[in-house]
Amino acid sequence: MKNALAIGGIVIKELYRRKDFYVLFILTALITLGLGAMNFFNDARIVRYLKEICLLLIWVSTLVIAVVTAARQIPFEKETCTIFPLLAKPVTRWELVLGKFLGCWFAAGIALVVFYLFFAIITGTREHYWPVLNILQAVWMHWMMLGVVSALTIFGSVVFTAPSSNVTIVLLISVGILLIGRNLRMFALEMVEPARTILCVAYYSLPHLEFFDMRDLVIHDWGLAPWWAVGMATLYAAAYSIFLIVCAWLVFRRQVLS
Amino acid sequence: MQAVLEVSDLYISYRGSKMGVPPEWAVKDLNLKVREGEAFGFLGPNGAGKTTTMNVLLGFLPPTSGTAYLFGVDVRRPIARQRIGYLPEQTYYYRFLSAVELLRFYAGIFRIPRGETEARIARVLRLVDLEDAGDRAIRTYSKGMQQRVGLAQALINEPDLLILDEPTSGLDPLGRMKVREIIRRLKEEGKTVFFSSHELGEVETVCDRVVIMHRGELKAEGTVQELVSAYAGNLEKAFLEIIGSGV
Ligand SMILES: Nc1ncnc2c1ncn2[C@@H]1O[C@H](COP(=O)(O)OP(=O)(O)OP(=O)(O)O)[C@@H](O)[C@H]1O
Ligand SMILES: [Mg+2]
Repeated sequence: MKNALAIGGIVIKELYRRKDFYVLFILTALITLGLGAMNFFNDARIVRYLKEICLLLIWVSTLVIAVVTAARQIPFEKETCTIFPLLAKPVTRWELVLGKFLGCWFAAGIALVVFYLFFAIITGTREHYWPVLNILQAVWMHWMMLGVVSALTIFGSVVFTAPSSNVTIVLLISVGILLIGRNLRMFALEMVEPARTILCVAYYSLPHLEFFDMRDLVIHDWGLAPWWAVGMATLYAAAYSIFLIVCAWLVFRRQVLS
Repeated sequence: MQAVLEVSDLYISYRGSKMGVPPEWAVKDLNLKVREGEAFGFLGPNGAGKTTTMNVLLGFLPPTSGTAYLFGVDVRRPIARQRIGYLPEQTYYYRFLSAVELLRFYAGIFRIPRGETEARIARVLRLVDLEDAGDRAIRTYSKGMQQRVGLAQALINEPDLLILDEPTSGLDPLGRMKVREIIRRLKEEGKTVFFSSHELGEVETVCDRVVIMHRGELKAEGTVQELVSAYAGNLEKAFLEIIGSGV
């Protein structure tokens, strides 16, 4: 575990020494501030609209950060040969996979905290209302979701050789689930066999990333989600993440490095 | 005496044998025994299978058949790598770290106590003449400096066995001399050094024993003295004759 954490630390160091994260953050900040500046009338609807845009941007940016970061880790280590001196030390391949996952997941967490802090400040100063618990819940759930996405990406990164195709596939899957995951079963019922069975199986086996989407609660001030639901969602995310990381290890364990 | 490094009946192929087509062996029926305290030269022309053999010793790829042991532990177990230092053929390290940060990371993996880490880092950096550049990002290093970082990281755990893949390639004459000196000093301390090289003059001065590989097969084995006297002349002549392109 100690080795995995050390490897994760390197991932985080790299992320903040590269510039992508800052670029996305500044873009989100600029767009939100620009939209905020149009808010002349102090209309409640406009504040809501502002929140919606800001949260959407946060979702898109953090998803991109998580997927791009996780996708390049192992392929990049192979490509630049940094994996050789590392694995020549008493490090197991499981520790490498786990460390890369933990690093990406924590990095995504740091990004989330920064983004949501910005969101809270922007909306709080406008509405003079600070729903701290709601935002904490939203950040937590969002982070759990990014855990599943990071694990999926790490798995993809040991299966596909090109990081770009991995990024594309994972983004398509994630966005697909987020947009239509909820309705998949409904679609299934309207289909004929065998599409019906296939969609039903997909509905029950895919990780439902949309469960973690708390944007509506934050935007409309609908109050807190029940804590037991948050707990269940956390377990659900942990189960998927662990499963995917173990799959990644099973593939990577047998891989020839040269 | 137990061999520090032992390879028996090793066959390595990068492609599994397909139906009917026999596999192409990168290494074929290799037997090696390196004893404690030896400087062992692993020689052979390009493509002979030196790096491939080392890759198996470090667990990067599995042997197709045969076995390999380091300190009596199967190389497929990560713990076999606790007491070794390895310098890869291509030395690339995390470019966004400084040499000190890189060494600190590796020291953590070897479980070197916190209090001892900084002193060790200072010592290996001094050994490879990088103490002034230790805090700069590796990105800004020259090729030779990167090679030195490689040597520094191979020494950070005070290994009992060093596996070095062409340790002097890319170094200036002074750097080469330093490496030779380091190898000689380690040998005096009773450490074992297993290294590949194309610099036969260098091999002649530091090695106790050498093997010469060609097309994946071991062609000759013995002390430098034995080979030189068997082929009348110097190691270079012996080498060329053994690989079958004698002049
Ligand atoms: N990744 C790989 N896939 C397929 N074949 C490979 C691979 N790496 C090496 N080989 C083959 O294995 C054989 C041995 O190569 P190896 O790299 O071990 O040689 P070497 O002795 O280290 O040579 P050099 O002195 O050039 O470093 C060569 O025939 C090479 O073509
Ligand atoms: Mg080689």
